[in-house]
Amino acid sequence: MTAKYAYYPGCSLHSTGSEYDISFRVVCEKLGIDIEEIKGWVCCGTSPAHCTSRLLSLALPYENLCKADKMGMTDVIAPCAACFARLKTAIYEASEDPDMAGQISEVLECELPKSMNVLNPMEIFCNEENLGEKVTRQMPELKVACYYGCLITRPSKVMQFDECEYPMAMDELLRSMGITTLDWSYKTECCGGALAMSRTDVVIKLTHDILEDAKAVGANAIAVACPLCHVNLDTRQEEVEQEYGVQYGLPIFYFTQLMGLALGVPSDKLGLQKHFVSADELLSGVVKE
Amino acid sequence: METNVTIRSQSELAEAVLRESGQNVNLCYQCRKCAAGCPISYAMDYKPAQLIHAIRLGMDDLVINSKTMWLCASCETCTTRCPQDVDVAKVMDAVKIVALRKGIKPAVPEVASFYKAALANIKKCGRMFEVGMIIGLKLRTFDFFKDMVLGAKMFMKGKLKVIPSLTGARRTWRIFRRVKSLEEKRRNT
Repeated sequence: MTAKYAYYPGCSLHSTGSEYDISFRVVCEKLGIDIEEIKGWVCCGTSPAHCTSRLLSLALPYENLCKADKMGMTDVIAPCAACFARLKTAIYEASEDPDMAGQISEVLECELPKSMNVLNPMEIFCNEENLGEKVTRQMPELKVACYYGCLITRPSKVMQFDECEYPMAMDELLRSMGITTLDWSYKTECCGGALAMSRTDVVIKLTHDILEDAKAVGANAIAVACPLCHVNLDTRQEEVEQEYGVQYGLPIFYFTQLMGLALGVPSDKLGLQKHFVSADELLSGVVKE
Repeated sequence: METNVTIRSQSELAEAVLRESGQNVNLCYQCRKCAAGCPISYAMDYKPAQLIHAIRLGMDDLVINSKTMWLCASCETCTTRCPQDVDVAKVMDAVKIVALRKGIKPAVPEVASFYKAALANIKKCGRMFEVGMIIGLKLRTFDFFKDMVLGAKMFMKGKLKVIPSLTGARRTWRIFRRVKSLEEKRRNT
Protein backbone atom coordinates (compact mmCIF):
# COMPACT_ATOMS: atom_id res chain seq x y z
CA MET A 1 0.00 0.00 0.00
CA THR A 2 1.37 3.39 -0.89
CA ALA A 3 0.42 6.70 0.54
CA LYS A 4 1.07 10.08 -0.92
CA TYR A 5 2.81 12.67 1.21
CA ALA A 6 3.88 16.24 0.55
CA TYR A 7 7.58 16.58 1.26
CA TYR A 8 8.92 19.78 2.81
CA PRO A 9 12.74 19.46 2.78
CA GLY A 10 13.54 22.93 4.14
CA CYS A 11 16.72 24.90 3.46
CA SER A 12 19.20 22.71 5.35
CA LEU A 13 18.28 19.54 3.47
CA HIS A 14 19.19 21.32 0.26
CA SER A 15 22.60 22.38 1.59
CA THR A 16 24.37 21.57 4.86
CA GLY A 17 22.20 18.52 5.49
CA SER A 18 21.88 17.26 1.92
CA GLU A 19 22.73 13.71 2.98
CA TYR A 20 19.56 13.68 5.10
CA ASP A 21 17.59 14.52 1.94
CA ILE A 22 19.41 11.89 -0.13
CA SER A 23 19.02 9.12 2.46
CA PHE A 24 15.40 10.01 3.26
CA ARG A 25 14.46 9.78 -0.41
CA VAL A 26 16.31 6.47 -0.85
CA VAL A 27 14.58 4.91 2.16
CA CYS A 28 11.17 6.11 0.93
CA GLU A 29 11.89 4.59 -2.45
CA LYS A 30 13.01 1.31 -0.90
CA LEU A 31 9.87 1.10 1.22
CA GLY A 32 7.57 2.23 -1.59
CA ILE A 33 6.47 5.39 0.18
CA ASP A 34 5.23 7.93 -2.32
CA ILE A 35 6.45 11.48 -1.64
CA GLU A 36 6.24 14.68 -3.66
CA GLU A 37 8.23 17.82 -2.90
CA ILE A 38 6.14 20.95 -2.29
CA LYS A 39 6.56 23.15 -5.33
CA GLY A 40 8.06 26.58 -4.69
CA TRP A 41 8.43 26.06 -0.93
CA VAL A 42 10.09 28.85 1.06
CA CYS A 43 12.10 28.93 4.29
CA CYS A 44 10.10 28.30 7.49
CA GLY A 45 11.81 31.28 9.14
CA THR A 46 13.34 29.14 11.90
CA SER A 47 14.72 30.85 15.06
CA PRO A 48 15.53 34.26 13.55
CA ALA A 49 11.86 34.70 12.65
CA HIS A 50 10.27 33.74 15.98
CA CYS A 51 12.87 35.74 17.88
CA THR A 52 11.91 38.93 16.05
CA SER A 53 8.29 38.67 14.91
CA ARG A 54 5.62 36.21 16.00
CA LEU A 55 3.47 36.95 12.96
CA LEU A 56 6.33 36.40 10.51
CA SER A 57 7.30 33.15 12.26
CA LEU A 58 3.80 31.78 11.71
CA ALA A 59 3.14 33.23 8.24
CA LEU A 60 6.20 31.63 6.63
CA PRO A 61 5.32 28.05 7.66
CA TYR A 62 1.70 28.62 6.64
CA GLU A 63 2.83 29.75 3.21
CA ASN A 64 4.22 26.23 2.73
CA LEU A 65 1.14 24.55 4.16
CA CYS A 66 -0.99 26.59 1.72
CA LYS A 67 1.22 25.38 -1.13
CA ALA A 68 0.83 21.74 -0.06
CA ASP A 69 -2.91 22.28 0.23
CA LYS A 70 -3.01 23.64 -3.32
CA MET A 71 -1.34 20.43 -4.48
CA GLY A 72 -4.24 18.60 -2.90
CA MET A 73 -2.28 17.11 -0.02
CA THR A 74 -2.95 17.24 3.71
CA ASP A 75 -0.04 15.17 5.08
CA VAL A 76 3.26 17.03 5.07
CA ILE A 77 6.54 15.31 5.95
CA ALA A 78 9.20 17.58 7.44
CA PRO A 79 12.41 15.65 8.25
CA CYS A 80 14.26 18.70 9.63
CA ALA A 81 13.48 19.02 13.33
CA ALA A 82 13.35 22.83 13.19
CA CYS A 83 11.01 22.89 10.17
CA PHE A 84 8.89 20.18 11.79
CA ALA A 85 8.59 22.30 14.94
CA ARG A 86 7.83 25.55 13.11
CA LEU A 87 5.15 23.96 10.91
CA LYS A 88 3.49 22.31 13.90
CA THR A 89 3.75 25.48 15.98
CA ALA A 90 2.06 27.49 13.23
CA ILE A 91 -0.89 25.08 13.12
CA TYR A 92 -1.11 24.98 16.93
CA GLU A 93 -1.01 28.74 17.41
CA ALA A 94 -3.46 29.48 14.63
CA SER A 95 -5.93 27.06 16.18
CA GLU A 96 -5.44 28.46 19.70
CA ASP A 97 -5.58 32.11 18.67
CA PRO A 98 -8.22 32.97 16.03
CA ASP A 99 -7.08 36.60 15.93
CA MET A 100 -3.57 35.48 15.00
CA ALA A 101 -5.02 33.09 12.40
CA GLY A 102 -6.83 36.08 10.88
CA GLN A 103 -3.60 38.06 10.72
CA ILE A 104 -1.71 35.19 9.05
CA SER A 105 -4.50 34.85 6.51
CA GLU A 106 -4.39 38.61 5.84
CA VAL A 107 -0.62 38.52 5.30
CA LEU A 108 -0.80 35.55 2.94
CA GLU A 109 -3.91 36.86 1.17
CA CYS A 110 -5.66 33.51 1.29
CA GLU A 111 -7.77 31.27 3.49
CA LEU A 112 -5.72 29.09 5.81
CA PRO A 113 -6.05 25.39 4.99
CA LYS A 114 -7.80 23.30 7.63
CA SER A 115 -6.87 19.79 8.72
CA MET A 116 -3.23 19.92 7.66
CA ASN A 117 -1.14 17.24 9.29
CA VAL A 118 2.63 17.62 9.77
CA LEU A 119 4.67 14.47 10.24
CA ASN A 120 8.20 13.49 11.11
CA PRO A 121 9.59 10.66 8.93
CA MET A 122 9.84 8.46 12.04
CA GLU A 123 6.07 8.57 12.37
CA ILE A 124 5.71 7.17 8.86
CA PHE A 125 8.46 4.59 8.95
CA CYS A 126 7.29 3.11 12.24
CA ASN A 127 3.94 2.34 10.57
CA GLU A 128 5.67 0.14 8.04
CA GLU A 129 4.74 -3.46 8.55
CA ASN A 130 7.40 -6.14 8.69
CA LEU A 131 10.26 -3.69 8.48
CA GLY A 132 12.56 -6.32 9.97
CA GLU A 133 11.94 -8.65 7.05
CA LYS A 134 13.21 -6.06 4.58
CA VAL A 135 16.59 -5.87 6.29
CA THR A 136 19.31 -7.35 4.09
CA ARG A 137 22.37 -6.18 5.97
CA GLN A 138 23.15 -7.03 9.58
CA MET A 139 25.26 -4.61 11.59
CA PRO A 140 25.61 -6.42 14.93
CA GLU A 141 28.60 -4.47 16.22
CA LEU A 142 27.02 -1.08 15.77
CA LYS A 143 26.13 0.52 19.11
CA VAL A 144 24.07 3.59 18.44
CA ALA A 145 23.10 6.41 20.77
CA CYS A 146 19.89 7.93 19.35
CA TYR A 147 20.01 11.69 19.76
CA TYR A 148 16.64 13.42 19.37
CA GLY A 149 17.68 16.96 20.29
CA CYS A 150 15.17 19.61 21.31
CA LEU A 151 12.53 20.34 18.79
CA ILE A 152 11.13 16.96 17.79
CA THR A 153 9.56 16.48 21.22
CA ARG A 154 9.40 19.98 22.72
CA PRO A 155 7.21 21.72 23.68
CA SER A 156 5.17 18.56 24.19
CA LYS A 157 1.75 20.21 24.01
CA VAL A 158 2.58 21.43 20.51
CA MET A 159 4.69 18.60 19.17
CA GLN A 160 2.67 15.66 20.56
CA PHE A 161 5.56 13.41 19.68
CA ASP A 162 6.47 10.51 21.92
CA GLU A 163 7.53 10.95 25.56
CA CYS A 164 9.15 14.40 25.64
CA GLU A 165 11.84 13.72 28.26
CA TYR A 166 12.82 10.23 27.12
CA PRO A 167 11.60 9.44 23.61
CA MET A 168 12.01 5.94 22.16
CA ALA A 169 10.60 6.30 18.62
CA MET A 170 13.98 6.34 16.86
CA ASP A 171 15.35 3.60 19.12
CA GLU A 172 12.39 1.35 18.40
CA LEU A 173 12.59 2.03 14.68
CA LEU A 174 16.28 1.14 14.49
CA ARG A 175 15.89 -1.81 16.86
CA SER A 176 13.13 -3.20 14.64
CA MET A 177 15.77 -3.26 11.90
CA GLY A 178 18.24 -5.16 14.03
CA ILE A 179 20.40 -2.20 15.03
CA THR A 180 21.48 -1.99 18.66
CA THR A 181 20.62 1.30 20.37
CA LEU A 182 21.69 2.32 23.85
CA ASP A 183 20.09 3.96 26.85
CA TRP A 184 21.78 7.24 27.70
CA SER A 185 21.11 10.54 29.42
CA TYR A 186 21.56 13.15 26.69
CA LYS A 187 18.86 12.10 24.22
CA THR A 188 16.99 15.37 24.37
CA GLU A 189 19.68 17.75 25.63
CA CYS A 190 20.28 20.85 23.53
CA CYS A 191 23.34 21.09 21.25
CA GLY A 192 23.12 24.87 21.15
CA GLY A 193 21.50 24.93 17.73
CA ALA A 194 21.88 28.14 15.80
CA LEU A 195 24.18 29.67 18.43
CA ALA A 196 26.94 27.89 16.46
CA MET A 197 27.10 30.88 14.14
CA SER A 198 27.28 33.51 16.87
CA ARG A 199 28.37 31.95 20.17
CA THR A 200 30.42 28.94 19.12
CA ASP A 201 31.84 28.62 22.66
CA VAL A 202 28.40 27.64 24.00
CA VAL A 203 27.90 25.05 21.25
CA ILE A 204 31.35 23.54 21.86
CA LYS A 205 30.52 23.04 25.55
CA LEU A 206 27.06 21.55 24.97
CA THR A 207 28.28 19.34 22.13
CA HIS A 208 31.14 18.11 24.31
CA ASP A 209 28.70 17.06 27.04
CA ILE A 210 26.61 15.10 24.53
CA LEU A 211 29.59 13.35 22.90
CA GLU A 212 31.07 12.59 26.32
CA ASP A 213 27.92 10.84 27.55
CA ALA A 214 27.52 8.88 24.31
CA LYS A 215 31.09 7.68 24.61
CA ALA A 216 30.63 6.87 28.31
CA VAL A 217 27.79 4.43 27.64
CA GLY A 218 29.87 2.71 24.97
CA ALA A 219 28.33 4.09 21.78
CA ASN A 220 30.37 3.86 18.60
CA ALA A 221 27.96 6.02 16.59
CA ILE A 222 25.26 8.62 17.16
CA ALA A 223 22.04 8.79 15.14
CA VAL A 224 20.36 12.17 14.65
CA ALA A 225 17.19 13.51 13.03
CA CYS A 226 18.09 17.17 12.71
CA PRO A 227 20.50 18.88 10.29
CA LEU A 228 21.51 21.46 12.90
CA CYS A 229 22.36 18.75 15.44
CA HIS A 230 24.36 17.01 12.73
CA VAL A 231 26.39 20.11 11.88
CA ASN A 232 27.21 20.71 15.53
CA LEU A 233 28.07 17.10 16.41
CA ASP A 234 29.84 16.17 13.19
CA THR A 235 31.52 19.23 11.70
CA ARG A 236 32.44 20.71 15.10
CA GLN A 237 33.61 17.44 16.67
CA GLU A 238 37.24 18.16 15.83
CA GLU A 239 36.99 21.58 17.49
CA VAL A 240 35.53 19.93 20.61
CA GLU A 241 38.36 17.40 20.65
CA GLN A 242 40.96 20.16 20.42
CA GLU A 243 39.25 22.35 23.04
CA TYR A 244 38.94 19.55 25.60
CA GLY A 245 42.00 17.50 24.65
CA VAL A 246 39.98 14.35 24.01
CA GLN A 247 39.53 11.92 21.16
CA TYR A 248 36.03 10.77 20.16
CA GLY A 249 36.03 9.92 16.45
CA LEU A 250 32.31 9.22 16.75
CA PRO A 251 30.59 9.06 13.35
CA ILE A 252 27.27 10.94 13.34
CA PHE A 253 24.60 9.37 11.12
CA TYR A 254 21.17 10.57 10.12
CA PHE A 255 18.85 7.79 11.25
CA THR A 256 17.73 7.48 7.61
CA GLN A 257 21.31 6.65 6.62
CA LEU A 258 21.34 3.76 9.11
CA MET A 259 17.97 2.58 7.80
CA GLY A 260 19.36 2.75 4.25
CA LEU A 261 22.40 0.69 5.25
CA ALA A 262 20.19 -1.93 6.89
CA LEU A 263 18.02 -2.06 3.76
CA GLY A 264 21.12 -2.85 1.72
CA VAL A 265 21.61 0.52 0.01
CA PRO A 266 25.27 1.03 -1.03
CA SER A 267 26.96 3.53 1.32
CA ASP A 268 27.88 5.91 -1.52
CA LYS A 269 24.13 6.33 -2.27
CA LEU A 270 23.52 7.58 1.27
CA GLY A 271 25.82 10.60 1.28
CA LEU A 272 28.15 9.10 3.91
CA GLN A 273 31.14 10.68 2.16
CA LYS A 274 29.84 14.11 3.16
CA HIS A 275 30.49 13.51 6.85
CA PHE A 276 33.47 15.17 8.52
CA VAL A 277 33.98 12.27 10.92
CA SER A 278 34.46 9.31 8.60
CA ALA A 279 32.38 6.21 9.16
CA ASP A 280 34.53 4.08 6.86
CA GLU A 281 36.50 2.36 9.58
CA LEU A 282 33.44 1.65 11.70
CA LEU A 283 31.47 0.30 8.76
CA SER A 284 34.32 -1.82 7.39
CA GLY A 285 34.29 -3.65 10.71
CA VAL A 286 30.56 -4.00 11.21
CA VAL A 287 28.87 -4.14 7.83
CA LYS A 288 28.54 -7.80 7.01
CA GLU A 289 27.23 -8.15 3.49
CA MET B 1 -5.27 66.77 50.07
CA GLU B 2 -5.20 63.04 49.84
CA THR B 3 -2.84 61.64 47.26
CA ASN B 4 -4.26 59.21 44.86
CA VAL B 5 -2.25 56.05 45.36
CA THR B 6 -2.52 53.59 42.56
CA ILE B 7 -1.08 50.14 42.88
CA ARG B 8 -0.29 48.70 39.50
CA SER B 9 -0.85 44.99 39.46
CA GLN B 10 1.00 44.58 36.19
CA SER B 11 4.23 46.30 35.16
CA GLU B 12 4.30 47.91 31.74
CA LEU B 13 6.98 45.46 30.69
CA ALA B 14 4.85 42.51 31.77
CA GLU B 15 2.02 44.05 29.76
CA ALA B 16 4.26 44.33 26.70
CA VAL B 17 5.37 40.70 27.10
CA LEU B 18 1.74 39.64 27.32
CA ARG B 19 0.94 41.57 24.15
CA GLU B 20 3.84 40.12 22.18
CA SER B 21 3.61 36.53 23.35
CA GLY B 22 0.29 35.97 25.08
CA GLN B 23 2.25 34.89 28.16
CA ASN B 24 1.33 36.03 31.67
CA VAL B 25 4.54 36.15 33.72
CA ASN B 26 2.57 36.79 36.90
CA LEU B 27 1.72 33.10 36.98
CA CYS B 28 5.35 32.36 37.86
CA TYR B 29 5.87 31.27 41.50
CA GLN B 30 9.66 31.05 41.22
CA CYS B 31 10.09 27.29 41.44
CA ARG B 32 13.14 27.79 39.14
CA LYS B 33 12.64 24.63 37.16
CA CYS B 34 13.34 26.73 34.06
CA ALA B 35 16.69 27.84 35.45
CA ALA B 36 17.59 24.32 36.59
CA GLY B 37 16.88 22.73 33.22
CA CYS B 38 18.32 25.47 31.02
CA PRO B 39 21.45 24.14 29.27
CA ILE B 40 22.79 27.66 28.77
CA SER B 41 21.97 29.24 32.14
CA TYR B 42 25.67 28.87 33.06
CA ALA B 43 26.50 31.59 30.51
CA MET B 44 23.59 33.93 31.35
CA ASP B 45 23.87 36.96 33.61
CA TYR B 46 20.36 36.36 34.99
CA LYS B 47 18.73 32.93 35.11
CA PRO B 48 15.42 32.62 33.26
CA ALA B 49 13.44 32.67 36.54
CA GLN B 50 15.28 35.82 37.64
CA LEU B 51 14.53 37.54 34.34
CA ILE B 52 10.85 36.66 34.71
CA HIS B 53 10.85 38.10 38.21
CA ALA B 54 12.50 41.30 36.95
CA ILE B 55 9.81 41.60 34.27
CA ARG B 56 7.12 41.34 36.97
CA LEU B 57 8.85 44.04 38.99
CA GLY B 58 9.05 46.30 35.93
CA MET B 59 12.85 46.48 36.01
CA ASP B 60 13.02 47.49 32.35
CA ASP B 61 16.68 48.49 32.19
CA LEU B 62 17.91 45.30 33.78
CA VAL B 63 15.75 43.14 31.55
CA ILE B 64 16.37 44.70 28.15
CA ASN B 65 20.11 45.04 28.77
CA SER B 66 20.43 41.44 29.93
CA LYS B 67 22.31 38.75 28.00
CA THR B 68 19.80 36.07 29.00
CA MET B 69 17.30 36.23 26.16
CA TRP B 70 20.01 36.57 23.51
CA LEU B 71 21.74 33.43 24.73
CA CYS B 72 18.49 31.45 24.77
CA ALA B 73 18.74 28.73 22.11
CA SER B 74 14.96 28.14 22.08
CA CYS B 75 15.44 24.52 23.17
CA GLU B 76 12.02 24.72 24.88
CA THR B 77 13.09 22.76 27.99
CA CYS B 78 11.82 25.55 30.28
CA THR B 79 8.53 25.79 28.39
CA THR B 80 7.99 22.04 28.61
CA ARG B 81 8.74 21.81 32.33
CA CYS B 82 7.02 24.94 33.70
CA PRO B 83 4.37 23.76 36.20
CA GLN B 84 2.42 26.99 35.64
CA ASP B 85 2.38 26.50 31.88
CA VAL B 86 4.28 29.73 31.23
CA ASP B 87 5.90 29.46 27.81
CA VAL B 88 9.26 30.77 29.02
CA ALA B 89 10.95 30.48 25.61
CA LYS B 90 8.20 32.66 24.17
CA VAL B 91 8.75 35.19 26.95
CA MET B 92 12.42 35.30 25.87
CA ASP B 93 11.30 35.97 22.28
CA ALA B 94 8.96 38.73 23.49
CA VAL B 95 11.72 40.42 25.50
CA LYS B 96 13.98 40.38 22.44
CA ILE B 97 11.24 41.91 20.32
CA VAL B 98 10.62 44.63 22.93
CA ALA B 99 14.35 45.33 23.27
CA LEU B 100 14.87 45.58 19.52
CA ARG B 101 11.89 47.90 19.18
CA LYS B 102 13.29 50.19 21.86
CA GLY B 103 16.44 50.39 19.77
CA ILE B 104 18.81 49.30 22.53
CA LYS B 105 22.17 47.76 21.74
CA PRO B 106 21.78 44.01 22.38
CA ALA B 107 24.01 42.70 25.19
CA VAL B 108 25.12 39.83 22.93
CA PRO B 109 25.35 41.76 19.64
CA GLU B 110 26.56 38.84 17.53
CA VAL B 111 23.30 36.94 18.13
CA ALA B 112 21.19 39.90 17.00
CA SER B 113 23.49 40.28 13.97
CA PHE B 114 22.88 36.64 13.11
CA TYR B 115 19.09 37.12 13.24
CA LYS B 116 19.32 40.18 11.01
CA ALA B 117 21.64 38.52 8.51
CA ALA B 118 19.47 35.39 8.35
CA LEU B 119 16.21 37.28 7.92
CA ALA B 120 17.63 39.59 5.23
CA ASN B 121 18.79 36.46 3.46
CA ILE B 122 15.44 34.65 3.66
CA LYS B 123 13.60 37.76 2.52
CA LYS B 124 15.80 38.21 -0.55
CA CYS B 125 16.39 34.58 -1.49
CA GLY B 126 13.16 32.84 -0.47
CA ARG B 127 15.22 30.03 1.00
CA MET B 128 18.26 30.33 3.23
CA PHE B 129 21.37 30.79 1.09
CA GLU B 130 24.09 29.96 3.62
CA VAL B 131 27.07 31.50 1.82
CA GLY B 132 25.20 34.79 1.36
CA MET B 133 24.05 34.71 4.97
CA ILE B 134 27.58 34.09 6.25
CA ILE B 135 28.92 37.00 4.19
CA GLY B 136 26.08 39.20 5.54
CA LEU B 137 26.92 38.13 9.10
CA LYS B 138 30.62 38.87 8.66
CA LEU B 139 29.87 42.33 7.31
CA ARG B 140 27.87 42.96 10.47
CA THR B 141 30.30 41.49 13.00
CA PHE B 142 33.62 42.32 11.25
CA ASP B 143 34.83 38.89 12.36
CA PHE B 144 36.06 37.78 8.95
CA PHE B 145 38.22 34.84 9.94
CA LYS B 146 35.80 32.96 12.20
CA ASP B 147 35.01 29.46 10.87
CA MET B 148 36.79 30.07 7.56
CA VAL B 149 38.50 26.65 7.60
CA LEU B 150 35.23 24.96 8.58
CA GLY B 151 33.37 26.78 5.80
CA ALA B 152 35.98 25.81 3.22
CA LYS B 153 35.79 22.17 4.30
CA MET B 154 31.99 22.19 4.12
CA PHE B 155 32.23 23.66 0.63
CA MET B 156 34.62 20.89 -0.44
CA LYS B 157 32.17 18.30 0.87
CA GLY B 158 29.43 19.83 -1.26
CA LYS B 159 27.48 21.06 1.76
CA LEU B 160 27.33 24.71 0.69
CA LYS B 161 25.79 26.07 -2.48
CA VAL B 162 27.45 28.88 -4.39
CA ILE B 163 24.36 30.09 -6.19
CA PRO B 164 21.09 30.90 -4.40
CA SER B 165 17.97 29.17 -5.74
CA LEU B 166 15.80 32.33 -5.51
CA THR B 167 12.70 30.09 -5.65
CA GLY B 168 9.94 31.88 -3.82
CA ALA B 169 12.00 35.04 -3.36
CA ARG B 170 9.26 37.30 -4.71
CA ARG B 171 6.79 35.66 -2.38
CA THR B 172 8.96 36.00 0.78
CA TRP B 173 9.68 39.62 -0.13
CA ARG B 174 5.94 40.27 -0.21
CA ILE B 175 5.26 38.32 3.02
CA PHE B 176 7.96 40.26 4.91
CA ARG B 177 6.54 43.57 3.67
CA ARG B 178 2.96 42.69 4.53
CA VAL B 179 3.94 41.43 8.02
CA LYS B 180 5.73 44.71 8.72
CA SER B 181 2.87 46.90 7.58
CA LEU B 182 0.24 44.85 9.43
CA GLU B 183 2.27 44.95 12.64
CA GLU B 184 2.71 48.71 12.35
CA LYS B 185 -0.98 49.22 11.64
CA ARG B 186 -1.98 47.18 14.70
CA ARG B 187 0.49 48.96 16.98
CA ASN B 188 -0.92 52.33 15.99
CA THR B 189 -4.56 51.46 16.61
